[in-house]
Amino acid sequence: MRPPTPSQTVGPFFGYALPFPGGGDLVPPGHPRAITVHGAVLDGAGQPIPDALLEFWQADPAGGLAGAPGSMRRDPVTGSFAGRSGVGFTGFGRVATDADGHWTLRTLPPGPAAPGALPYISVCVFARGLLHHLYTRVYLEDGAGDPLLDSLDPDRRATLIARPEQDGAYRFDIHLQGSEETVFLDFG
Amino acid sequence: MSTNPPTPEPQAVIDAEMARVQAEAEKAHADGAPEELQPRRDYPPYRSSVLRHPKRPLVAAPEAFTELRGPVFGVTDVTELDSDLTRQHHGEPLGERIVVTGRVLDRDGRPVRGQLVEIWQANASGRYAHKGDQHPAPLDPNFTGAGRCLTDDEGRYTFTSIKPGAYPWRNHLNAWRPAHIHFSLFGTAFTQRLVTQMYFPNDPLFPYDPIFNSITDERARQRLISTYDHDLSSPEWSLGYRWDIVLDGPSATWMEEGR
Ligand SMILES: [Fe+2]
Repeated sequence: MRPPTPSQTVGPFFGYALPFPGGGDLVPPGHPRAITVHGAVLDGAGQPIPDALLEFWQADPAGGLAGAPGSMRRDPVTGSFAGRSGVGFTGFGRVATDADGHWTLRTLPPGPAAPGALPYISVCVFARGLLHHLYTRVYLEDGAGDPLLDSLDPDRRATLIARPEQDGAYRFDIHLQGSEETVFLDFG
Repeated sequence: MSTNPPTPEPQAVIDAEMARVQAEAEKAHADGAPEELQPRRDYPPYRSSVLRHPKRPLVAAPEAFTELRGPVFGVTDVTELDSDLTRQHHGEPLGERIVVTGRVLDRDGRPVRGQLVEIWQANASGRYAHKGDQHPAPLDPNFTGAGRCLTDDEGRYTFTSIKPGAYPWRNHLNAWRPAHIHFSLFGTAFTQRLVTQMYFPNDPLFPYDPIFNSITDERARQRLISTYDHDLSSPEWSLGYRWDIVLDGPSATWMEEGR
């Protein structure tokens, strides 16, 4: 096995390079089946982190994990971003936190990636000050039989379950540190 | 209650902390701890890391069907010009023109094909085209400093750019980052995601930089330093640097073929 190239922090200046228009909109505005997932990224003092970058990867509503290109379509005429085509589902989102440390994702509910599995949205967290990214999961509802959730104490388990709000919205805060620290994952 | 801004700490304080962590890590490795292939998320000499790392251990994720796959990108996601950072404006940017190329591989040495590589960097004066960077170095109207490309069938990427300058930051008094290009990479699995920084050989700022030294293993640190390659340089045009990248983490293909 070759040794891996080490990670380094995304730093403070990714904002003109990595985020792209519509990065958090996996479906067009007004899509009848769209859900909104949103929340804050917080540090160990409970302060919002305004320079975090979140990436989301998920199954389509049928549980398919093939993804599709076109998340960040480029316009070769102007060199700007053309936006998603709105046809097909790329499964990928990228959102920088705002000045309040807040982020919003509009997507379709993921399907189960295996028969009977609990669906979730996978999240990769980058931030200034974070030297190596972190993975977590947004489960839109709790349920039985998920091997990860079942391995956790109730209060730790709760950090991975989004809280339903009005009108198809879900709240999911990410605590990098502290008493409500989010469960972060190791894939071996 | 009024508070004065804290007096910036001198480099010597940071140096002493870095040396202490380094000595502890070397002793742990000598006593049988595995090599530390990644930076420490908890690295106090990098002050911004203090409140931004989890204190609880990571949790092993069984049945990672979703994370063993990952997003895909294609020809619609890049344009030809995206890989040449010197041709994004009407004029030529100032600075030393460079070509940076290398291969993206998985841990088995197999090329990562058709995947997205993104870069961003400061200009030749060490200034980012970002409103948050207000240090007194000039912006270059002919240089933004962001690029992207897809890897080819051998996993190769190539960018044409300008050698970035070193730049100051406020971790401590007289803190300067060694010149670097930020890289973002995707593998075939979300678990292989990598954001890192490529450095240039023989930078005199390496010993003073807590971000670089958050990787306590000397050989691991060296993996972030590109190699000057004279055969990549073009006469009267550009200097060539080579940097290969190995993505960490399992993937579905790795799991299937690894059994
Ligand atoms: Fe930088």
